[in-house]
Amino acid sequence: MGWAIALHGGAGDIPRSLSPDRRLPREAALRHCLQLGVSALQSHAHPLDVVELVVRELENHPQFNAGKGSVLTTDGTVEMEACIMDGKTMRCGAVSGLTTVVNAVSVARLVMDKTPHIYLGFQGAEAFAREHGLETVDPSHFITPENIERLKQAKEANRVQIDYTQPIKQDEKSEVLAATGGSGDSQIGTVGCVAVDRDGNLATATSTGGLVNKMVGRIGDTPVIGAGTYANSYCAVSATGRGEAVIRATVARDVAALMEYKGLSLQEAAAYVVGERVPQGTAGLVAVSASGEVTMPFNTTGMFRACATEDGYTEIGIWPTEQE
Amino acid sequence: MGGWAIAVHGGAGVDPNLPLQRQEEAKRLLTRCLNLGISALRSNLPAIDVVELVVRELESDPLFNSGRGSALTEKGTVEMEASIMDGTKRRCGAVSGVTTVKNPVSLARLVMEKSPHSYLAFSGAEDFARQQGVEMVENDYFITEENVGMLKLAKEANSILFDYRIPLPGTCAAGAAATNTPIRMNGLPISVYAPETVGCTVVDRQGRCAAATSTGGLMNKKIGRIGDSPLIGSGTYAGKLCGVSCTGEGEAIIRATLARDVAAVMEYKGLGLQAAVDFVIKERLDDGKAGLIAVSSKGEVACGFNANGMFRGCATEDGFMEVGIW
Repeated sequence: MGWAIALHGGAGDIPRSLSPDRRLPREAALRHCLQLGVSALQSHAHPLDVVELVVRELENHPQFNAGKGSVLTTDGTVEMEACIMDGKTMRCGAVSGLTTVVNAVSVARLVMDKTPHIYLGFQGAEAFAREHGLETVDPSHFITPENIERLKQAKEANRVQIDYTQPIKQDEKSEVLAATGGSGDSQIGTVGCVAVDRDGNLATATSTGGLVNKMVGRIGDTPVIGAGTYANSYCAVSATGRGEAVIRATVARDVAALMEYKGLSLQEAAAYVVGERVPQGTAGLVAVSASGEVTMPFNTTGMFRACATEDGYTEIGIWPTEQE
Repeated sequence: MGGWAIAVHGGAGVDPNLPLQRQEEAKRLLTRCLNLGISALRSNLPAIDVVELVVRELESDPLFNSGRGSALTEKGTVEMEASIMDGTKRRCGAVSGVTTVKNPVSLARLVMEKSPHSYLAFSGAEDFARQQGVEMVENDYFITEENVGMLKLAKEANSILFDYRIPLPGTCAAGAAATNTPIRMNGLPISVYAPETVGCTVVDRQGRCAAATSTGGLMNKKIGRIGDSPLIGSGTYAGKLCGVSCTGEGEAIIRATLARDVAAVMEYKGLGLQAAVDFVIKERLDDGKAGLIAVSSKGEVACGFNANGMFRGCATEDGFMEVGIW
């Protein structure tokens, strides 16, 4: 037993041809955030503080799909959502529809700590953040040229494919949405972090701008407890991918449920969920267990990820390691 | 077994001082909704259509906390949410922050079937509703005099208790509310805070399960507060093995991922429906108070609650039918 931490910057169709100017800054960011989290754990910070800290850092980085750098809605705006959960007490907090708050994960934390509720959305969440003096900025702060371009490409692809008045069969939803991913440097990720300390205290946090060209008001898996985010006394999980698929499969909860109800190990449970419970190309996750294990499975082309354990193991990666 | 089965609920956690007349009204409504669902099942309507039909009826009736008759936000407005799930392929749809759509459960169904997403909220949900041409009304259509009165009582109760987690002795001075009941939901007197969320879960003759839940949420809630009802896995779930709809203290249901856990325990631990329901109610709620109804693909029906009563009704194809509160 010992501490462990894992974080992700999104799973998706990340091409191996990703140019160095797009790859290197993200790898550096993963390394930086990992170090931040490791230092915090080494200083005995509580996992809740660790995951919040790391996710804030990922939100501030403009090349991940959270906070600054969030993908845009079909109206060209940003709507951010986040979630945080404490494994020991099962307390949790979630927010959706934020447009001016710099760090969505911190609003989620406040909802958890300062209200009897779990989830606040949209104007109510914005008002709450203001009441509590959280940092807010003009919405344009979050918008990057990369994302304006992504939206443009998604709309061009969509014009041919989506007519909202026609029924869309559930199994078609993934294919239809995949087409909106743009050039292949698809930013369908989220960011997240899970951590466990030496005493087995677990925590998780996830944050995202959602799906490129999403409908205004669309909520994904990130703030839905049990879908994109979950922690209990067995493990802490943060998932990423096609929100609609992650919700149906209650991904984060199922990892823990398989450990608890079927006695699977963290690795087995996570591999099973990613391999069997969601369609290929739709999801990835990071998870840690109470005993300090870590796992980062994904069924997409790649997943920006990093992890470290107290016994010295470190990994930073984008594509599956077996193929290297 | 096999054959169809249906269960409906109008909320877990009932005021023990609820006037008899009110209890009778509730039972009549539950019976009527049950019969609606039974007719539909006998006509071979698929499970997903039956749950929507029944929940629409519950939303339209002002008695319980959904659609018309929804609890009020702190500002005296109504913000509704709902979710629906089709067990065959685990398709799902959900909405939150709905203020002008007459039947939120139908909007949730449209999200599932006519949008590329699973969950839409607030102005985005309303825009989608307009685009789809659903029936829309003014927000005050949903507001009843009774709930305006309840909101006032809730504010009085709240102003005395600013941290609901601090336990108080049995009595409280909440205006005209029954002051001698020690029963609390969400930390506040049940006479004012009875959840009364509604839901329905059904398995049809083909063994297909579906579930739907709808609510106005917590009385005096903060604008934007989202509870368990629209969250797949918490308030609603349906898969190949079962369908589940929950009600009670929203936060407790979310932490417990209550609806998903019934199915997970069946899937991963191999428990039967009633055993799974009993297990999650006993083991997953800690100090939370909640209840749920469930059906299995084999045509069984079950309910469980650790709250003080749950408005419910259930029926199976072999002739079993029961409506109850306590």
